[in-house]
Amino acid sequence: MSLFAVNILDGLVTGLLLFMLCSGLTLIFSMMGVLNFAHASFYMLGAYFGYQISAYVGFWPGLIFAPIIVGVAGALIERYGLRRVHQFGHVPELIFTFGLALLIEELVQFIWGKSQKAYEAPLALDFPAFAIAGNSFPAYKVFMIFMAMGIFLVLLYILTKTRIGMIIQAALSYPATVQNLGHNVPLVFMGVFGVGTAMAGLAGVIAGPVLGTFPGMAFQLGSIVFVTIVVGGLGSLWGALVASLLIGWLQTFAAAYNVGMSDLLIALGFEKPLDLANSALRDLWSLTLPQVGPILPYLLMVLILIMRPQGLLGKRET
Amino acid sequence: MSRIANSPLTAGTRSLIPLSSALPWLIAIAFLFGLPVVFPSGSALTIMNQMAITIIFALAYNMLLGQGGMLSFGHAVYMGLGGFFCMHVLNWVENDGLWLPLPLLPILGGLFGLLFAFLIGGFSTRRAGTVFAMISLGVGELIAACSIIIVVFFGGEEGVSGDRTMGPEFFGIDFAQQQEVYYLSAVWLIVSALAMYLFSRTPIGRIANAVRDNEERAEFLGYSQRNVRWISFCASGFFCGIAGALFAINFEILTEENLNLATSGEILLVTFLGGVGFFIGPIIGAVVFILLKTVLGLYTELWALYAGILFLLTVMFFPNGLTGLIAMHVGPYKRGRLGVLALPYIKMVGPLMVFILSGAAVFEILFHSREAATGEGEMTLYGLTFSSHGILPVAVAAGIAIASFLLLHRLAPQLREAWDAANPVDRRS
Repeated sequence: MSLFAVNILDGLVTGLLLFMLCSGLTLIFSMMGVLNFAHASFYMLGAYFGYQISAYVGFWPGLIFAPIIVGVAGALIERYGLRRVHQFGHVPELIFTFGLALLIEELVQFIWGKSQKAYEAPLALDFPAFAIAGNSFPAYKVFMIFMAMGIFLVLLYILTKTRIGMIIQAALSYPATVQNLGHNVPLVFMGVFGVGTAMAGLAGVIAGPVLGTFPGMAFQLGSIVFVTIVVGGLGSLWGALVASLLIGWLQTFAAAYNVGMSDLLIALGFEKPLDLANSALRDLWSLTLPQVGPILPYLLMVLILIMRPQGLLGKRET
Repeated sequence: MSRIANSPLTAGTRSLIPLSSALPWLIAIAFLFGLPVVFPSGSALTIMNQMAITIIFALAYNMLLGQGGMLSFGHAVYMGLGGFFCMHVLNWVENDGLWLPLPLLPILGGLFGLLFAFLIGGFSTRRAGTVFAMISLGVGELIAACSIIIVVFFGGEEGVSGDRTMGPEFFGIDFAQQQEVYYLSAVWLIVSALAMYLFSRTPIGRIANAVRDNEERAEFLGYSQRNVRWISFCASGFFCGIAGALFAINFEILTEENLNLATSGEILLVTFLGGVGFFIGPIIGAVVFILLKTVLGLYTELWALYAGILFLLTVMFFPNGLTGLIAMHVGPYKRGRLGVLALPYIKMVGPLMVFILSGAAVFEILFHSREAATGEGEMTLYGLTFSSHGILPVAVAAGIAIASFLLLHRLAPQLREAWDAANPVDRRS
């Protein structure tokens, strides 16, 4: 039972981290109709900037300045890159962001090298916050949970209660009308892109010390992020939250419980083949849950797409 | 001309294939078979084999992207699966005495690719655009991740390897020589390229274009957009499988690398660089990219960075790729005004080369100053040997780059003027 509670918390950390990326991505998508393939690359940039700043002045200034730098970079890329490609259509836009993701990975390797960087959590948070039946839970993860939840609440407040939020929401559905009312819609788009990438950067700053800061981190998380927003329903913020938590728990629990396929097969009444090493089904028999864990999100996505193509909470297929 | 051919008296007397459309293919065949005579060295043959495989793969990819309007981020899967299957077939030929001449192997690879394209296309081709792209990415990652789990088929971390020479001899050829493999690849390249070209001319190929341009209208005409996409997807999977089989024959090993996102992304890069709007685009893209990769890769570790920059610039400024750049000059050529452009081009070439080389020098010097072993501060660039540490070399290179960029910027209006002069606005339209 205690293991279960620890896994719930760990899954919550992973899920909320995913959500910090998905929320920005899904906001950008529902606004501009462009799926930003490079979103996870901004997450990586956040981690690297956070590392670089923390190397000089410590973790906390990095937590503030790294996302701002990433957000400004994102806004500039929207202004001078994406807006130019926008006229060619959605597929070139997607290809542009894909190329951007490749280029950012190469640039990161060029600037910081290929090996993992020693980006550490701040000393102030380096203690066990509490323990559940002997399993201590680090304070840094508690910090991550509160950080992600705080960001979500602020975002929700801005989107639903403020004037800017109203304009953004209106610009999502009727950009031309909002433009006619005298609002600068391209500026709103640029701002949303900047804020979305800044949130990805912030996720990078706080995840870098836990998940590792290395050039492959963008592509490692990136494809999971896409799976998550497809599962949640493209363009749905609540769907992104549900899917993030679902996938976070799915991965955590799959990694924690070592259930083998052989146990399941024997329980179902199959007999274990005698010379397993030469059997064509040997992979099926030796399969374990932690092994399958990494592919579960993809399987979930394929199943969702077959059963419910608009995603869990999506309204319509786009 | 066509009226004569259609009249009852002369119907059927027109030659089946007009010479003008067969000529490019005949030239291509002669070119492919002449290449090994000109470049007989082993490394050249390796590069040419790689090109042949990449061309088939890129053409098959463009059946989706260019002709069907489907952007796939997981297309390496179909090539990889075809290749893995062929590797197993080769091992059956070697160990279990299966009778199969090597030149027929690509058919099996193609059928295996077709099978998976049929299964996966069943649910992924329902929608085009972004949704299709996401599904292709998810399925691609799923199968790439499976390669570590399903060891029987994918061979785990070390992959599956085999020996192509163990099968029955094909008219006395056992394909031990690189050159023999080249001719095999060349024949399959011509056959598949011709088949893909003819596919794009069939009614289904035309309808695929219609669905790409406006799926709703195509639907109102009575065509199921989903089925049209599915058929294109299956055809593409078949040719990807052929490319995979040739990969298996050429390299005799397949690993997880053949399935993953990096390979899928690379083929997108190749196709887009060449130009998706033209049949010949992926061919040019593949040739340029492989040359870039192998030749530039000899000189610098940063080739992927340069390729990334080139790719991004292509997407931003030349959405029709290299072929589009060439095709832009067909109009002026037909009007006989190409000469107007010559002078501005010649003026720009010098500064452009200086800009590219000095810009690359900035990257190279910075990279060297950080990566070089301690004590090895000297680096040689463009025949000059100097110390890469210190601010001076970088400053000089950056200064030259900025100066040449400013010069280019000043020359640009002249080019624009000449371009307008070479492309007069048609008054009749």
